[in-house]
Amino acid sequence: MSRRLLPSGDSALLIECDSLEEVLALHDALAADPRPGVVELVPAARTILVAIDPAVIPLESAATWVRRIPAEAGLRSAGAAAEPVTIPVAYDGDDLAATAALLAVSTEALVARHVAAEWRVAFVGFAPGFGYLVSDDWPFEVPRLSAPRTHVPPGAVALAGAFGGVYPRQSPGGWRLIGRTTAELWNPESDPPALLAPGRRVRFEAVGAG
Amino acid sequence: MTRLVVEQPGALALVEDLGRPGFARLGVAASGALDRSALALANRLVGNPDGAAALELLVGGFRARFDGGGWFAVTGAWGSVRLDGRVIAPYTAARAREGSVLEVGLAERGIRYLLAVRGGFDVPPVLGSRSRDTLAGIGPEPVRAGDVLEIGAEPAASVPVVDVDVAFPPPASTVTLALRPGPRADWFTDAARQALFDAEWRISEQADRIGARLVGPALERRQQGELPSEATVPGSIQVAGGGQPTILLADRPVTGGYPVIAIVAPGSLDAVAQLRPGQAVRFRHA
Repeated sequence: MSRRLLPSGDSALLIECDSLEEVLALHDALAADPRPGVVELVPAARTILVAIDPAVIPLESAATWVRRIPAEAGLRSAGAAAEPVTIPVAYDGDDLAATAALLAVSTEALVARHVAAEWRVAFVGFAPGFGYLVSDDWPFEVPRLSAPRTHVPPGAVALAGAFGGVYPRQSPGGWRLIGRTTAELWNPESDPPALLAPGRRVRFEAVGAG
Repeated sequence: MTRLVVEQPGALALVEDLGRPGFARLGVAASGALDRSALALANRLVGNPDGAAALELLVGGFRARFDGGGWFAVTGAWGSVRLDGRVIAPYTAARAREGSVLEVGLAERGIRYLLAVRGGFDVPPVLGSRSRDTLAGIGPEPVRAGDVLEIGAEPAASVPVVDVDVAFPPPASTVTLALRPGPRADWFTDAARQALFDAEWRISEQADRIGARLVGPALERRQQGELPSEATVPGSIQVAGGGQPTILLADRPVTGGYPVIAIVAPGSLDAVAQLRPGQAVRFRHA
């Protein structure tokens, strides 16, 4: 496990890891060992942005904090401890059959794998509350649609690349839609506003189309 | 209860405060007034806390009527500010009477006015802020003609006696911005890193609260290939495939997939908010 600290202005550091796996582990380890003045950890595909308040913690101290996290620390431990959130899904997405065919499995088998997998929010991006979900139990790579939809409905459960996701609100999108949920993914009036935060474990549960 | 009745919003009138930091991990940028020192000055002029919600007026052409009297101040861009036809000196507090009409003309220097009212604009906060995020679509809707904006209770502080001397209008000529190294500076050729500082750049027409595109020499990469999306900070200068840089601002996407060559230092960031399309920009090392 290696990590590089890259400059990101006067009030942030960018940590680069070799893999998403390492990002998840390091994010857990950092989150489990918080420091005053560290405003936020923003994970992405290969990096974690450590945003600080330089009036409280100097950049150099934040860098030392990051460097001192042992290499083996946090491997799938701390932040994932909370109970998984369960998202009910009606598996009747417009792309379900075509996606199963693309992966050379039956729709039943695809749904069964999606339900059986334990997912984890790797990072959030694209739109408020849109979590990129990964799972060791998920073997598929799903190509994006060649022509993105201009309107994906809120609650659409989707796949792209090695990721799973749920659209929090109506937006354009190129992911393949396999189902839909009534779960509320994003509500700025709620605390927390997003159902899915980085590190959160997620399970999908099949429910009847209704 | 004092209110402001907007008769004409101009190009774009948005309620902004100091934004909502701390939600990037959930996919929401901090947003907030682009020219934060102008926001703080406008608020101080009327005795508000620095972060009270104000109106950010793009270009000008704004007209509103006071329903109830109250103090206000206009800072940021430099242009004609009139109350019932009477000229108000730039960057000063003035008192409006019941029914007074405030007109903010087209900006002559800079491009974003900040209009603060004593008590602040009292619109419902979203995630702890009254800022409009134009990309995420969070916060108060852009102000339209006919909108009535509630004004909050008088703050404890009185309207200070000040201090016009401290105010400078945004420069009309070339603006020099200080840069810190970006996380992906090593993705660019030495020539590109040199060109960033040697060239005279111009702000393109594509400049908004999300980012300001720069026109100048193409910045060539040494390292090709795709960058996995990563979080950016305000002021990050990302360079798209064609080599053209963009300064990312308050409403930027939380993560971006183009390499960031440099970052505008915090002390120079407010100046970016006041750059007009076509205006010349140079960079120096912070």
